[in-house]
Amino acid sequence: MARAAQEVPDAGAVWSAQDCAPGDVEEALRRLLYEQHARDDAHAPARVLNLVVVLDGEWRGEIMNRLEQVGRYHASRTIICAVDSGRTTIDATVMMTVASPSRPGELSLTRERVILEVGAKHLAKLDTIVDPLVVTDIPTVVWSPHGHPEAVDALLHLAQVVLIDSVNEPDVASALRRASELSEGAYVVDLAWLRTTPWRERVAATFDPPRWRDELRRIDHVTVRHRDDSEVAGILLVGWLASRLGWSEGGLLAANGSLRGKAKAHRHDVSIALEPDHQQAVPGLAGIEIGTSSGLTISLDRGPGGLLASRRDGKGHEQRWTVLGASRGEGGILGEGIRQALLRDPAYRRALECGEALLR
Amino acid sequence: MAVAEHENPLVEGLERLPVHPTTLVIFGGTGDLAHRKLLPAIYNLAHEGALPERFHLLAIARSDIPDDDYQKMARESIEQYSRQTPKAEVLDKLLEQVSYIPGTFDDDAVFERVKEALGAVDDEAGIAFNRVFYLSTAPSFFAQIVGRIGEHGLNHHPEAEVRVVIEKPFGTRLAEAQELNHRVLSVLDESQVYRIDHYLGKETVQNVLAFRFANGMFEPIWNRNFIDYVQITAAEDLGIGRRAGYYDSAGALRDLVQNHMLQLLSLLCMEPPVTFDADEVRDEKAKVLHAVAPPPPEAVVRAQYTAGMAEGKEAVGYLEEEGVPDDSRTETYVALRLEVDNWRWAGVPIYLRTGKRLGRKATEIAVTLKPVPHLAFEAKGSVGVQPNQLILTVQPNEGVSLSLGAKIPGSSMRIRPVNMEFLYGTSFLSQSPEAYERLIMDAMRGDPTLFTRDDEVEAQWRIIDPILATWDGEEGPLPTYPAGSHGPEEADRLLAPGHRWRAL
Repeated sequence: MARAAQEVPDAGAVWSAQDCAPGDVEEALRRLLYEQHARDDAHAPARVLNLVVVLDGEWRGEIMNRLEQVGRYHASRTIICAVDSGRTTIDATVMMTVASPSRPGELSLTRERVILEVGAKHLAKLDTIVDPLVVTDIPTVVWSPHGHPEAVDALLHLAQVVLIDSVNEPDVASALRRASELSEGAYVVDLAWLRTTPWRERVAATFDPPRWRDELRRIDHVTVRHRDDSEVAGILLVGWLASRLGWSEGGLLAANGSLRGKAKAHRHDVSIALEPDHQQAVPGLAGIEIGTSSGLTISLDRGPGGLLASRRDGKGHEQRWTVLGASRGEGGILGEGIRQALLRDPAYRRALECGEALLR
Repeated sequence: MAVAEHENPLVEGLERLPVHPTTLVIFGGTGDLAHRKLLPAIYNLAHEGALPERFHLLAIARSDIPDDDYQKMARESIEQYSRQTPKAEVLDKLLEQVSYIPGTFDDDAVFERVKEALGAVDDEAGIAFNRVFYLSTAPSFFAQIVGRIGEHGLNHHPEAEVRVVIEKPFGTRLAEAQELNHRVLSVLDESQVYRIDHYLGKETVQNVLAFRFANGMFEPIWNRNFIDYVQITAAEDLGIGRRAGYYDSAGALRDLVQNHMLQLLSLLCMEPPVTFDADEVRDEKAKVLHAVAPPPPEAVVRAQYTAGMAEGKEAVGYLEEEGVPDDSRTETYVALRLEVDNWRWAGVPIYLRTGKRLGRKATEIAVTLKPVPHLAFEAKGSVGVQPNQLILTVQPNEGVSLSLGAKIPGSSMRIRPVNMEFLYGTSFLSQSPEAYERLIMDAMRGDPTLFTRDDEVEAQWRIIDPILATWDGEEGPLPTYPAGSHGPEEADRLLAPGHRWRAL
C-alpha cells in the first residue's frame, strides 16, 4: 500500500532576490507556477489554506523542521517571515515543492513556500507585505511561535485563524488572557487545547455507557498532572469539564508549585488539583484522575501504545487496560493545528472562559 | 450547562464520538481480504486512536494455529499493507487484544468456543461489549455462519448490540440473493445486517452526494430537460492476476456492475433525501433502482480481452491467463444502456461500461448536457462547440471537471472546449482514509448509511438477473478486444446517434 508521498523541491522552481518588494515576490510566485505547468502539466497547485509564520530568524531551522514533520497537513502556501531585528530591507526566496513521484496519468500537488527576511521595523505593518502574497479566497492562518504580538495584531485583519500555543506564554493567566483577546477577532486554534484532545475523547468515552453516565453528576475530585510548563493545558481540560458539566467558578490558588481549589457543582463542591509532573518530557498532560462520590475512580496516564486506563469502583475492584493510539509528536500536533484551522470546535471558547473564571 | 438526563454532555465539539466497547469477530481471519484490508484498517484505526476505548479482535479460520502464530501473521499483514507506518508499541498493544479460534464454519464446537471467548472478554472488562461479526469468507458460507450464530444464541445480547457485516458478493443471481436475505433475516433483524459495498466507503463516492445536494447550481439542471446522457465507467488497466478462480465464475457484470456501478447510478440519480438518516438515503437509492428496467439483449455488450500491449509490455489474453479454462465464456468487459423510468430521468440513456485490461485505470461519471439550441458563432476555424460535460472522477484523479466552450485568442470568434478542474487533493489537507477503515468504524458505531439494504440488493439483482439468463442461453465465441485498448467496437452500437464513449 502506498504511504504518504514525500514532498521534494521542484528543481528549477526556485527564485530569490535581495532588497525586493512584495510585488516582486508575487510576480515570482505567478511566474514559477506558469513555468512549472509548462514543464509538466501533471502538477496542480494545492489551494487549501495559507499559513503565515512569523519567527525569530535565529530559530528558523527548528520551526522549519517542525513544519517538515506535519505529515500530510501541509499548508498550500506557507509564508515564513523570519525576523532579524536590525534588518531594514526585505530579502525573499520562493520555492515550489511537489509530492513525488506521481504515476503516469496521475496528477501531483504543488505547494509554495515563501521565505521573507524582514526586520523588527516591518512587523507593525507586516500586513502590507504579506497581503499581496496570500492566495485570495482560501483561509489564512497566522502562527507566531516566538511571540511578536505586534505582527500578529497587524495580520489579524488578513487572517481568519490564529494558531497559538498557550504553553509558550510566561504564565497561565496571561496565556488565557491572550487567547481570549485573540478569540475576539479570529478563530483561535490552540495547540495546548489540541494536546488535550485524546484525553477529552477518553474521558467522554469512559462516561458514555449509560450505566456510567450518571456518575458525571457525582464527580467530586479531579486531579490533572502536566509537564512543568503545561499548566495551561490542565486548566483548559478542567475548564472543559466545568463548561460541559455546569460547574460554576470557585477558585484555584497556587500552592507548592500546584494549583488547587474548588468548583461548585449543583449539590456539592468539586476538588481540583493541577500538579506538575517533573518526569514528563513532552508538552501537555501526563495524567488525569477523576473520582466520584459513589467511590468510582477513573484514571488515564501516558503509556506505551496509548493511554493506560484504570477504573476502580467503590468496593476497591480495579481494572486496567490500554486505550490504543500513537503519540502524534510535536510535528503531528502542529499538523493537527493546521487541519483544525479548517474546522470549528465550539468547546474551546467555553473551556477557555471557564478556565479563566476558575483562576479569578 | 446542566448535566443532561440522557445525553453525554462531554461529546460536544469532539470530532470522534465515543464508540461502545466492541469485540470484532472476523470469520475468514486468514483470508486475502483480512490480510490486505481488514487487519491493516484495524491497525490504522488503532494508530489514530479511533477504535473503541475497549476493543478485542477474534479471528476464526480453518488453519490450525495458536494465537501466537495468528498474531505474527497479523503483524506481517499490517507491516506490509498499513496506510501508515506502524508504531511498534501501538502494534504490540493491539496484537495483545487479538485472539484466534481454528475451525470450520459448520462446526458447532467452534461457535461454542466463540461464545465462551466473547463471554470471557465481557467478564474480564465487567461490561458487555458490542459484537460485530464480520463475514469475510467465501459467499457459500454466509448463510451457514449466520445460521450457526442464531443457533448458538449469538444473534442477540440483552445488554449490547449485535451486528453482522456481510462481504460481497451477496448472491450470484436474484433467487440466491433472495434466499440469502431470507436466511439472514430469519436470524437477524435488518437493522443488524451490514452488507458491504466498499465503493460506498470511498470519500469520492460520498462526494457525489455532497456535490449534488450542497451546491445550488447543479440540481436545477439535473434532469431530462438539460441532461443528454450519462456515462459511468469503471475501467481497469490490470488483468485478473491470480484471481482466475473467483473471476471466471463471476465476470465483469457480477464483479462490478451489479454492486458498485449500480450504487454510483443510484447516488447520481436519487432524489434529495429529507435528511441524511440511513434509511432516508437508502429509501431514495432503492427508488432509483426500482425505476430501472432490465435492459433488452440489444442494450448489452460483453467481451473478452485478447493478447495485446499493456503499459508498454505484451499482455496475454484472458483465455491464456493462469487458471482460466480454455473454453471460458466469462466476460471481462461489459457495457449496458439503461434508463431510469421516472419523471426526472425518463428518456436519458445511462451508459455503463467496465472492463479489465483496458488502456487506463479510471472510474468516473460523465454527465453530458444537451447542446445549446442555437449557435451564433461561425464554426469556421473552431475546434468546435461541444456540449458541456461534467465529469465526476472517483479514481485516480479524484475531482470534478466541467468542460466549457471558450474563445480561442485571436481576432475572430473561434471556439474550443476547455476544462475547469477541481481536484479533490488540491483542496483538502486530509488523505482519504481507506474505505474499509470508514466502513468498519461505521459498523462498530451502528451507522448503516453506507451499507446496502436488503431491498437495494434485490433491486440490483432484478436488473442484472435477466441479462445473465439471456447469456445462459447463448453459445459461440464472445466479442473480443485487445488488451490495452478502449474496449470492443461492438460497444459503439449501444450509443444513440450523436453520443460517443469518452476516451479513457
